[in-house]
Parts: sequence; C-alpha cells; structure tokens
Amino acid sequence: MIATQLPALQIVIPLLAAPLIVLARRSEMAWVIAVIANILCVLVAWQLFGLVSEQGIIRYSLGGWAAPTGIEYFVDTINAPLLLLISSVSAIVVVYAYHSVKKSVDSTKHYLFYAAWMLCLSGLLGMLITGDAFNVFVFLEISSLSTYMLIAFGNDRRALTASFRYLVLGSIGASFILIGIGFLYAATGSLNMLDLSQRIPNAASERAVLVAFSFISIGLMIKSAIFPLHAWLANAYHFAPISVTAFLAGTATKVSLYVLLRFLFSVFGTQYNFEYLLFNVILLPAAIFGFLIMSVVAVFQTDLRRMLAYSSVAQIGYIVAGISLATQAGITAGYAHIINHALIKSALFMSVGCIIYRLGHAHRPSLDNLIKTMPLTCAAFIISGLSLIGVPLTGGFVSKFTLISASMEKGWWIMGGLVLVSSVLAIIYIGRVVDVMLFRKQRLPNPIPQGRNEAPLSMLVPMYVLIGLSLYLGVFGSKTLGVASEAATQLLGGFR
Amino acid sequence: MSPIWTLLPPLLVIPFIIGFGERFKNLREASIIIAGIWLLFLNNQLYNQFIAGKAITSGELPLLAHYSLKLSLEPMGLVFGLLASFLWVVTTVYSIGYMRGHDEKNQTRFYVCFSLAIAGVMGAAYADNLLTLFVAYEAITIVTFPLVTHAGTQKAQNAGRLYLMLLMGGSIALLLPAMIWVATAAKTLDFIPGGVLSDVGLSQSATAVLLALFVFGTGKAAIMPMHRWLPAAMVAPTPVSALLHAVAVVKTGVFVLLKVVTYTFGIDMLSTTAAAQFLLPVAAFTIVASSIIAFTKDNLKARLAYSTISQLSYIIMAALLATTMSVTGGVFHIVTHAFGKITLFFCAGAIMVASHKTEISQMKGLGRTMPITMGAFFIGALSIIGLPPAAGMWSKLFIAGGSLESDNLIWIGVLMLSTVLNIAYLMPIAINAFFEPGVGPKVRTNGHEQTLAGAPAANEWNEAPFASLWAIVVTSSVCILLFLFPQPLMSLIGSIQWR
Repeated sequence: MIATQLPALQIVIPLLAAPLIVLARRSEMAWVIAVIANILCVLVAWQLFGLVSEQGIIRYSLGGWAAPTGIEYFVDTINAPLLLLISSVSAIVVVYAYHSVKKSVDSTKHYLFYAAWMLCLSGLLGMLITGDAFNVFVFLEISSLSTYMLIAFGNDRRALTASFRYLVLGSIGASFILIGIGFLYAATGSLNMLDLSQRIPNAASERAVLVAFSFISIGLMIKSAIFPLHAWLANAYHFAPISVTAFLAGTATKVSLYVLLRFLFSVFGTQYNFEYLLFNVILLPAAIFGFLIMSVVAVFQTDLRRMLAYSSVAQIGYIVAGISLATQAGITAGYAHIINHALIKSALFMSVGCIIYRLGHAHRPSLDNLIKTMPLTCAAFIISGLSLIGVPLTGGFVSKFTLISASMEKGWWIMGGLVLVSSVLAIIYIGRVVDVMLFRKQRLPNPIPQGRNEAPLSMLVPMYVLIGLSLYLGVFGSKTLGVASEAATQLLGGFR
Repeated sequence: MSPIWTLLPPLLVIPFIIGFGERFKNLREASIIIAGIWLLFLNNQLYNQFIAGKAITSGELPLLAHYSLKLSLEPMGLVFGLLASFLWVVTTVYSIGYMRGHDEKNQTRFYVCFSLAIAGVMGAAYADNLLTLFVAYEAITIVTFPLVTHAGTQKAQNAGRLYLMLLMGGSIALLLPAMIWVATAAKTLDFIPGGVLSDVGLSQSATAVLLALFVFGTGKAAIMPMHRWLPAAMVAPTPVSALLHAVAVVKTGVFVLLKVVTYTFGIDMLSTTAAAQFLLPVAAFTIVASSIIAFTKDNLKARLAYSTISQLSYIIMAALLATTMSVTGGVFHIVTHAFGKITLFFCAGAIMVASHKTEISQMKGLGRTMPITMGAFFIGALSIIGLPPAAGMWSKLFIAGGSLESDNLIWIGVLMLSTVLNIAYLMPIAINAFFEPGVGPKVRTNGHEQTLAGAPAANEWNEAPFASLWAIVVTSSVCILLFLFPQPLMSLIGSIQWR
C-alpha cells in the first residue's frame, strides 16, 4: 500500500512538516520535527531509488487523475538518484544547522526558519519528481519563495539586499519559464512532459516551440546560475546563514540543472537544429568562460563564503560543459559532477560554517594558523578542497577525469585543456586558504584566541558524514559513473 | 600472496607510532623497524614467487567506469619495491640517531608521514596500470608535503609551496591529460609488454607531445625546468632528504617514466620514430647544467640535490633512448644511484649532527675526526661518478651502451662530460677531508669569526651516533657488493618483457 504511494509521500512529508513546525513553535521541537521529516524523506527516496533500479520507471497519477489530464509524478533513473542526493544533503545539513542557527538567528524565529527549510525542500523534491511542466513551475516558486526567506535570515543587513536581488532575478527566471510553458501549451495543448515530448515534433507552430524553448532555457539558466546569469548567487551565498548556504549550494542549483537537462533532452529531444545552436553557441562558451573567469575571480576573494560561491559558478561551468558535449560520455560526466559537486561544496560550506561559529567571520587573511585551534575543521576544509581540485581518490577526480576524457573523445581538445587550467586555478584559491591555515605565523594582537577551540560535535559529525560519503564516491567512483551513465542513456534516448 | 599486502606494514604501524608517541620513543621506533623488516620480508616473498614464475595480481577496485585500481608483480616494480623497503629499514635506524642527536621537534608526525610515503611507494611499485600509478604518485606528493615543511620556518614554507605547485600542479596540468589521452586513444590504461599505443594511429608529432606531457608532468623526475622543488625541499630533515628526495619520491618519478616508456609506448615505438628525439636534448641539458650548478654550491646538501637532478636525468635519458640496454641501465641506475646518493646524504647528516658543519668549505680535514663517515662518502661518490669498485659503473655502462645501440654517439659524450663534472664536484670533498688540515666550525661573535670553543681537537674521533654510523656502513658496503655481485639484480631486470 505504502509502496505505491511513495512518490506522493516524497513531497507530502516535508510539506506537512512545515505547518507542524509552525504549530510546535518551540525552537528545539521545530528542529526535531524538521530532522525527522527529512530523515523520512531520505528513506522514501532510498526506497524509490531501489524500486526504480529494480523495475524501471514509476508513474504516479496524483489524485487518481490519469495523465495527460491530471498531474503525473514520474520517477526514473534520471531523477531517482537526485531525489536521494538532495534529501540526504538536506538531512545532513539540517542536523548540522542546529547550533549554527541557534547562534545566528533570533530565537523567536527559529520555527519560521525550519518551516521555510521544509517548504524549500518540498519545492526542490517536487521539481525533481514531477512529470508535469506546469507543476515544475509551481514547485519552483515554492522553493524560490522559501529560499528568499531563508536568505533574509542572515544576520548581516546586506542579507536583505541579497535576498531582494535574488528575488528580482529569480522572479525574472521563473516568469521566463512560465512564459515558455505557456507557449508550449499553446503550441501543443498539453502540459505533461511525456505527452509534450511526443507532440512537439508535430506541433502546429514550430516558431512557438522555438520561443518556448528559448524562454525556458534562459529562465533555467538564471535559476542554475550559469555564467553570465549568476549575478544573484555570490551575495546570496555570502550573506545567507551559513547552514542555508551549505544547503543551497548542494541542492538548489543542482535541481535547476536537472530541470534544464530534462527539458533539453527529454522534452525537446535532440533532433532540433536550434538545440545544436544552444549547445555549441550558447552553453559551451558560457561553460568555458564560466569556469575560467569565475575561478580567476575566486582567487581574489578574501571572504571564504564569497570565494566558494564563485567557485560554485565555476564548477557549474564544468557540469554545463559536460552537458554541452551532448554525448553519452559528456552527459555522464556532467551528471556525475552534479552529484560530486553537491557533496563537496556542501561540506566546504559546512567547514566554513564551523569557522564562523567559533570566530564570527570567514575572512581568509585572518585565519592565522587556524589548524592549531580548529584541527578537525581545517582537515575537513583541506580534504574537501583537494576534492574540489580533483585529486585522485576523491569525487572531484572521478567527474573531472570523465569530463576531460569525454571532451577528448569528441575531439574538443581545447576544452579539456581549459578544464585543466581551471583546475590549476582551483589549486591556487584553495591553496591560498590552506597556506594561511597552516603556516601564517600568529600576529600580535592575535586575531584568533589561543587554545583548542573546535566546533561542537553536532556540527563536526554531520560534516564528516558528508565528507565520508564524498570520499566513498571518490574511491568507488564507478558507482557514481554507473548511475550517471544510466541517466545519460535515458536522457539521450528520450522518454520511454 | 597478493602485492596488496605490502601496503599493510607501513599503514598498520601508524597507530603504533601515534600510540607510543613522544613518551615511549624506543617502542615507537622499534615498531617502525619491525614494520620495516616485515615489509622487506613480504617483498622478498613476492620476489621468490616471481622467480618461481607465478603471475600474481590483486583484486580490483573500480575507481572509474572502465578503469580500476589494481596491483600486480612485474620485474621493474619488484626492483623498486625491494629497494624502497630495504632502505626504509636502514633509514629508520639512521634517523633514530639523527633525529635525537639533532633534537628535532614533532618526531611522531615525521614518522607517520614517512610511513604513509612508504605505503605510497609500494602502491606505485606494484601498480598494474597507469591509473593506479597516478593515484600513488599523487598520494606520495600529499603525504610528503608535511615533511618538507617540517621545520616550520619561512624557508620551509616557501619550499612547501613550490613543492605543491610543481608536483601537484604539474601532475594535474600535464600528467593527468596525458593519462586521459592514453585512455582515449588506446581504450586501456593497463601496462602491457610492448605498449598499447603502437597501433592506435597516433602521428609522430602527437606521440612527441604525449611523451613530453609525461616527461614534464612527472615533476618528481625533476627534469629542467620542473626541478626547482628539489633543492628547495632540502630544508627537510636529512633522513627525509636521504630516503625521499634521493630515493623514494624522485625515483617514483623516473619509475613512472620507465614504466610508461616500456609498457605504454613500447620501446619499439619510441626507438623507431623520432618522437623522443626532441626530448633527449632537454635531458642532456639537465644532466650537464645541474652538474655545473652543483659545482657552484658550497652547501653540501644543495650540491647533492643538484647532483640528484643530474643523475635523475640519466635515467630519463635512458628511458628516452628506448633500447633494451638503456632501459635496463635505467632500472639498474635507480638502484645504484639510490645506494650511492643515500650514502652521501647520510654522511651529510652525520657531519651535521657530529660537527655542526653544513658548508663544504668547512669540511677540510674532517676525515681525521670522522674517518668512517668520510670513507663511506668516498665510496658513495665513486658510485655516483661511476668508477669501480662501486656499483654506479654498471648502470652508467649500460646507459652508454644503450646510446651506442641507438647510434647516437653524442649522448655518450654528454655522459662522459657529466662524469668529469661529477669527479670535479664530489672528489675534492673526500680528498680534502683526508689530506687538508682541519678547520673548526666558525661562529660569529661581535662581528668576528671565531673557532667554536669546545670543538674536538683535530685528531680526536668524533663520529655521529652509532645508529647513524651503522646505516652509513650498510649502504656504502652495498655500493661495493652490487659492483661485485650484480648478477641477481641483472637477471631480475633481464626478465622484463619488452614486447
């Protein structure tokens, strides 16, 4: 009985948790409910993942209304791994958030914070699971609105402007997507993705489909912060409460990238020549300039959050580069990097969160010899940093190797070389931080109090769980690649 | 027995090192020596199995979709594994004397990183494919980094930065794409006798570029201009310089090149095309130029460092000549140079501990107070130069033979020129130590140089601690033993399958 309702439960659990949290009101209770709901989400996603790999695609008609009339949830090898990824990252970060939020958010507002978190999670999971184009927009708005709220919780005043800026850009993105979906509906008379993919080739007006395609692509590019449409990201990541940043860095942009993949490959299919235009003329340069320019920008940041934010845009560039290859190997690389980068970047932001928890700032030049006072946090930062660079036995190596070999396979040698250049830039910006952490001689007056001053265990343990997960996927990289390659096959094959 | 077991002793000893810590120094160091002897025993077992003709591979760990981590037995790797494990024992004994005599800080961290580096070297030695070798290579870079910065001084930190930038930057920017190129072209990263690239349609210029990526990307092999990290890394404690920067780390670099030339390109492919011809002059230049630089250095460790760079390029040249004889000589040179150079480094450390001298100009007459050390220095120097009765002669002979085989007499000229330079920068140290009157260590007080008070009288014996002295005697005798009995080693190297 429950097994057949799993796709609905995936959304319903966090959605119900939000009002429950508001009712509970007390901040400890709110946190407990959020954690429990989130763990249930992980279990549901795990079940779905298992079911999909056993018996293939799961189609679930919401409220018993059959598609294409009703809304359909659609779980296949493309979104099942991401459901598991997003809910796990969220679960780990929400456990971690407790102490960090207690310190930085006004205690009378904790319940609102966790409620917004749960709404955001259900929005993100909804975008992943739904098979209905309009429903994607609805869930996108749920997640976006709650994200604006979460960012505004930051205790720096600039969090408000950051949130507002994201609101403006996010709304533009969302309305673009809505306009696109409207055109699609006008051209084909359907909103169900599966149905759309079959009707688009015979659409009444190819021009309408082209317009829809352009609007949806640009809208999603804004939401996934693909260079040069990333303007909202740096401030949002910088000024949001750090646990929110860790959560968003691992989830929000990744889900938007998934929707982009879904629309580009599954819905529109690869037979259109304007897709060729999109891949080679728009996405490819965006990806390459993205990872090069943003890596250079990251080198010159003095705040760790800002540095990692720009590095995120750069890493999204790798993912897009893989997608723009539009080959089996390329999409495999992009998809694997979605998984690996989510884990790596969340762990990095969590370690920065530990630093902020103790020091109250994340200003790189003032982290003198931090390894003496916070050895575990620094070790976490270094390990995740190595993974970001792409040192073997880490997740970053697996996806980078696959990406470079995919671009060589297609004959795009220069892109492979540029990925390496950007990796060397990553060595520089991570190295600069590590250099200060390990070597900077302590000055007088000393910016860091003496003595062992490690973050609380409730922050360290989730952080190391995430790092362990990321390292596991680095050593057994063939697992990630297996999942990714199946997703790529499915994407290139269209809906089946 | 699977070669994977060789990773066990160096890893298993780490909890013991940390557990005993600074409080039970003797137990800590005893546990390392036990682990070292165990590792040597395991490597010897592998050698016996190999001689008995059993093909042994470990299980696979699927790191990437089509490529996995895997270990296997192969003559080159056996030579390297046996060498590193033997020298680990000797160096540990030596460093007990050195680290205590020198009163180093953070000795526990030092020994932990050291053990990790040995585990990395075992992984490199028995790597069954290029991916495994690359992973071990990177691992060695990371775990040896804390050893370079061990002193914690500004100089050590700068050395550490350079170390990471050249070794990790080089490997990610050049070696990684080279590996992926091979994977894309040949669809395999396995080491296969005769190579995997001969029939995949790489043009001659593409082959040359790929080879250049390997040669320059392997920063540990220290070909110019990737050599800068090596002299800088000499700020590390002497046992580190001795084992890692004269043997384990740098030899991993040239080992990668020898492996790649033999099992990825195949020597036939390289010797019949001109791909390697563009790189031979670079190796030759490195040999001569660094010998000349060594000549100008007054600091003994710095001189030895440049000498190492020059000697490593012998092996690179041997690999690039790509004849059976030259590669044989290259593998042999890994061993002979290791014993020769480690002896010299041990001597440098012993001199520093016993008489606090680091500059060559101060070492005149030192043979009277440290006859055993300086005698060993003489033997080590003979081996590096390539004169009998020391083992270095054999490997140099083979490399020279290799260049004859490939009809390129100019490279013999380079070897001869370098030999002359070797004599010029190594021999005077040993000769002056015995035949010149001594100078005490100078200290500067109130702007005037003075001979240090309390320095031993000119003819009184003042050797390094016994543990260190013992290690010096062992390595220098091996230099001579290998000259007298090269046969077992030769037959092991001779069993490399070329095609």
